Parts: sequence; structure tokens; C-alpha cells
Amino acid sequence: MAKITLEELRRLREQTKADIEKREVEGKETLVIVGMGTCGIAAGARETLKAFVETIEKLGLKDVVVKQTGCMGYCYVEPTVEVVMPDMPRTIYGKVNADVARKIVEDHIVHKKLVSEHVMDKPAADIMK
Amino acid sequence: MAYRSFVLICSGTGCESNKSGVIFDRMAKQITEKGLQSEIQLVKTGCFGLCERGPIVKVLPDETFYVDVKPEDADKIVEEHLLKGRPVKNLVYQYEESQKNIKIENIPFYQKQFRIVLRNCGVIDPENINEYIARDGYKALEKALFEMTPDDIIEELKISGLRGRGGAGFPTWRKWVFTKDVQSDVKYVVCNADEGDPGAYMDRSTIEGDPHSIIEAMTICGYTVGAHQGYVYIRAEYPLAIRRLEMAIRQAREMGLLGKDILGSGFDFDIEIRLGAGAFVCGEETALLASIEGNRGMPRPRPPFPAISGLWGKPTVINNVETWASIPVILLKGGKWFAQIGTETSKGTKVFALTGKVNNSGLIEVPMGTTLREVIFDIGGGIKNGKKFKAVQSGGPSGGVIPAEYLDTPIDYENLQKLGSIMGSGGLIVMDEDDCMIDIAKFYLEFTVDESCGKCSPCRIGGKQMYGILDRITKGKGELADIDKLKQIGRAMQKASLCGLGQTAPNPVLSTLRYFEHEYRQHILEKKCAAGSCKELVFYTINPQKCIGCGLCAMKCPVNCISGEKRKPHTIDQSKCIKCGNCYTVCKFGAVIKG
Repeated sequence: MAKITLEELRRLREQTKADIEKREVEGKETLVIVGMGTCGIAAGARETLKAFVETIEKLGLKDVVVKQTGCMGYCYVEPTVEVVMPDMPRTIYGKVNADVARKIVEDHIVHKKLVSEHVMDKPAADIMK
Repeated sequence: MAYRSFVLICSGTGCESNKSGVIFDRMAKQITEKGLQSEIQLVKTGCFGLCERGPIVKVLPDETFYVDVKPEDADKIVEEHLLKGRPVKNLVYQYEESQKNIKIENIPFYQKQFRIVLRNCGVIDPENINEYIARDGYKALEKALFEMTPDDIIEELKISGLRGRGGAGFPTWRKWVFTKDVQSDVKYVVCNADEGDPGAYMDRSTIEGDPHSIIEAMTICGYTVGAHQGYVYIRAEYPLAIRRLEMAIRQAREMGLLGKDILGSGFDFDIEIRLGAGAFVCGEETALLASIEGNRGMPRPRPPFPAISGLWGKPTVINNVETWASIPVILLKGGKWFAQIGTETSKGTKVFALTGKVNNSGLIEVPMGTTLREVIFDIGGGIKNGKKFKAVQSGGPSGGVIPAEYLDTPIDYENLQKLGSIMGSGGLIVMDEDDCMIDIAKFYLEFTVDESCGKCSPCRIGGKQMYGILDRITKGKGELADIDKLKQIGRAMQKASLCGLGQTAPNPVLSTLRYFEHEYRQHILEKKCAAGSCKELVFYTINPQKCIGCGLCAMKCPVNCISGEKRKPHTIDQSKCIKCGNCYTVCKFGAVIKG
């Protein structure tokens, strides 16, 4: 590798910083949880998850964490995805394929607008709280 | 390519020797087999600190903290967690009291820690310079070269109040000023990575987990004092740290962060590694410099101090690994920020290697002024097997013991010294009721006697004599006059020895005498070792009321000195007993008495 200049070092830092920040959870307020039970995976949840990660990356959204979880119980509308973020109700989306995933990122997360045709529910009350 | 999950696997020496390398390879293979390689990034990191429970695997952004991971668990983590999103519950760290799987941010081990030196340990891949750069790496160097004058840098260090972390606590900025102000054609910068205290591994872990922080700091120092060559003196027993450091130096050179005209600033600096053969005395700065020069590692009288006349007689700044690792942060966040942390006289944080009879052995970093109690009971999780805390040894063979009544002492340079110990490089060894203080003192003294270079007589002869006395006492052959003799020789060694090794070698003896003189007296007068660790003073007998004559002890006795009829009380032949303690351990009826 050739020796780098000050400018190049700064650019490299910005670029790599974005990569490493993805590992961090702290301070990130938006959470996308993809149901990855057997039925979810069978219905294509892996593609959905990938689409989320890629779209978020493409749009450069920094405070979004994508997590996976087990079966959410809506086996009839898999893949299911829960989105939690400030100023928006907790929402569970059903039948989220890769295209819908991209739409959710653009509409729900960026423009704070529900993707109505895929809204299934709000989550069941957590009795443990 | 966008990763959705990140798996951080500890590859410090502790976890590596527990096969974290195998776990890494196995996970990598599984991930490829499952076609996840474009979604999941595997990262080898430095030490997470909770070495007691290693190997440690952390999954982000899920924040799952796996402990005690075995190679065969690798498949399960990939299959269940990474593929299906179900954390492998039985491997997730559980905090004993609640028995619940808990989130990383709530792990009590980390609650009171504050990581400056270890900021990148367990966070980045130490073998990848880009990850260091991403975490503001080489930004302090940038700032130093282009925005600050050498005087600005020294001023910032002065405000920070940073003191040498190698043990003595000399203000770092002063050393730098001395060297900077001396006129000389050549000057040197040296990193002391000759960590030799038994049970201490702070420096090793720092280099293993974040080697670039040392390179960056040494380069900044070179710019400040006008040096163009640096040396890292590290012991050959640290192969992993050496390999990572070599790799880091190579990467920095390739990028032009070391070498000629760094970042176009016109400033040249390079670093070479010098391996030490593992002599403890080479951690002493003048002996270390002698060793770099290719001579036998022996100290010389100071002054002149190395800052004025060091390596090959040239002005040399020599700082310890931990001191170096703090410096980039001080320049970036400011001396004021650093000075807010800690106590009046001791600023910033200190890394400790917490070992001994404590539940969470490991590598920790706490603000100066944290109490010993917080370190041992909150972070360390208390004493193993519910035993009683007896004392903690700080500063390794140069330090002393601190008993229970001083547990609430805030840790800083002055406080530890007042208690007859020293900060040292940061080993903390916790001892419980089963540890005999004389035996401990003897252990450390044996170490320093062995490591004494022999140049000056107080250390060479004094140490040997003290050791002889301790040995007699532990064998029940001590006399009351020995106590005064120990104190006398010890004080003479402190005053008359040439270097730090001899001056501090009596500390373990003097401090145990200070707090546990009654134990010495018990050994001498009653010929008894209450902790039961001095073999010559321990006798095993069988209580005939409790013995049911099962014969298990007789079977396990390696010298066949236990006899008796079946179902009748047995007896131990004291003349043949070698005091191995087997009978005591195996008896299910508590019939064997140790005393």
C-alpha cells in the first residue's frame, strides 16, 4: 500500500468508522426485529433480513439496529417484522418480503409513515413487565 | 457488502490457550457452509477482561455475551443463533445471584469499570489497522503533528496529571520536558513492556488487544522531544503480543504512519522491537536500557536519569505500556477531561490484573480512587467458595499485602504507599483464610532473590538472608529474635540497594510483619500455621469418635502410613506421614483433623 496523506487518512477514518459503528448498539433508537423461527426462515425471512441491512446501509441510516428473534407467533403471515422507534407506535408487519422490507425502511423509518397494507398488529402486552 | 451481525471472539493469550482460535476457525467454517459469510463478520479481538469465564464470544448487535465457550459449541452458536436467531441460552453469561441471562451492559463485572487504556480491547480486531483508525486511531498523532507544538503537547500532559503507570508514578510530562530540553543530536523513545510480576498481564493484554495505541503514542513523543527512533522492549515470553506488535508496526510503515515524512509533516520516526529474555530486573529502566544496548541487564546508579542520559548515553524517554496507551486519549479528549477522573494526586484510570482467590479473575480498568472493596467484591464478585477475605497483595514482588481493615481505601499511588504497599504495575492477588502470610512473603522473596542481578550487596546478600530466616520460620525452627532481624535487614535493603528491585524486595515481608506479626509469632512460639499451608507445621490426625473405619484414607495414602482394622478407627503414623493432605480431602466423615 502506498503511503497515505493526511486527507486520505481522514477519509479512511470516516469510511471505516461507519463500518465499525454498525457493531454498536448504544444510542441507537430504532430497532428492527425480524422473526427467524423455522417458519419465518422457510417463508424467506433471511432475504427479508438481508434487504433490511442492505437498504439501511444504502440510505446511510446510522441509528438503526437490525436484530433477529425467534418465532413471533404469526405463522400465517411470515415473515414477520417488528419495528420500534421514537414517535411511532410499535408495529408488527406481516408478509414482509425483500421489497416490503425496503418499503418499510423508506416509509416507516425514514418518513415515519406506516406501510398500512402490511401492518398486522401491535405486540401483545408483555406480562412480565 | 453489508454485515448484519458481528461475532467478536476474544483472542488474548488467556482465551487463546483455551482454544478460542479453534472456535474461530470452526465458526468460520460453519458460517461458510451455511452461506452466511456475506452477512456475518467474524472478528478476533483483544481481551474482554472476564478471563475467569473465557473463552468469550460476543455477538452484536444482539449484545449476547457467551462465556466458557468450547470448540464444539461453535456449531451450535452458528446454527441456532446466527442462522435462526435463537441465542444459545446455556452459554449466555449468568450472574450468580439472579441466575438469569443478562445483558452485557448490566454485567456487574463491567459496572464500575472505566476503560481508557483498554478502550479498544475486545472491541476491534488488533490485527487490522483500519479498525484502529475507525476508532479515532492516529487522530491524536494528526493533531499533534499539524495543530500542536511540542510545548502544547507537554502542557496538555501536565494538565492531565498523568503519572507513570510502571509503578513509581513519576509525572510523565516531566520526563518528556527533561528530554526535550536537552541538546542532543540523537534522542530515543522507549516503551517498557517487560512486564514481569507474577500474575500480572496488563501490558501484555494491552499490546495484544490494541498495539497501534502504543505506536501512535511513541510517535507523538518522538515529535515532542525531538527523537526519531523508538524501541519497544518486550519479553520473549509474550509471543502473541510480539506478533501483533510486529504486524502493527508493519502496517503503520506501509501506510506511512511510521517512517519518513509521516503524513507529509516532514517528521520521521520509526520503531523497532527488542526482545528481553525474561529477567525481572530488566523492567528497571537502566537495566532495560543496558539490555537494549546488548549488555547484561544490570541497573546503574541514577542520576543521571535516562531522560538526560539514557540509551547509548543519549536522552531517552522511557514509559510503560499503560502510560503510552493513555496518551492518544489525553490529546484527543484534552488533559482537563483526563484530570476529572481519579483523585487529587492520581489522575485517570488504572488497569489491574485481578487474580487469586476471587470469583471473577480478569483484566479490569477502574478510575483511580476506586476502593479495594469495590474492586474485589463488586467487580471481582467476592471470594471463591464463600471463604473469608484475608488480604490483597498489590504491586507484585515489590508490593505488600493490605488486610481487610483497609478494604475501603481508595486506590491511588499515595494511599497504597502509606499502607506499606505500592501501586506497582497493577497486579492484584486476592488471598483468603487458607493463605499463610509467611508463606506468601517467602514466595515473593524467593522470586526476587532468584531475579536479583547480584550487582549490589544489600539486595544480593540481604534478600538471601531474609529468605533463610523465613524458611526457618515456616519449618518451625524460627526464634523470636528473627522478627527484629527481618525488619532490620529489610530496612537496610530499602535504603541501600541500587535499584528498585532491591529497594522494594523486602516489602512483602515488612508489610506482612506490619499487619500479621501475630502469625509470625504463632509460627515461632506455638510452631503452628493457622492457615495450614506450612507443611512442616501441619499434622494430620484421626478423630476416633468420628472414624467409621471405611479405609478410604488408607487406600489413598501414597506412603501407606494409615492403618487400622476394618470398621474400627484408623491411625496415622506421624513418622512416615508426608503431609500430602489426601486423607483430609477424601474423608467423608470429617474424621481427619488438620492442625
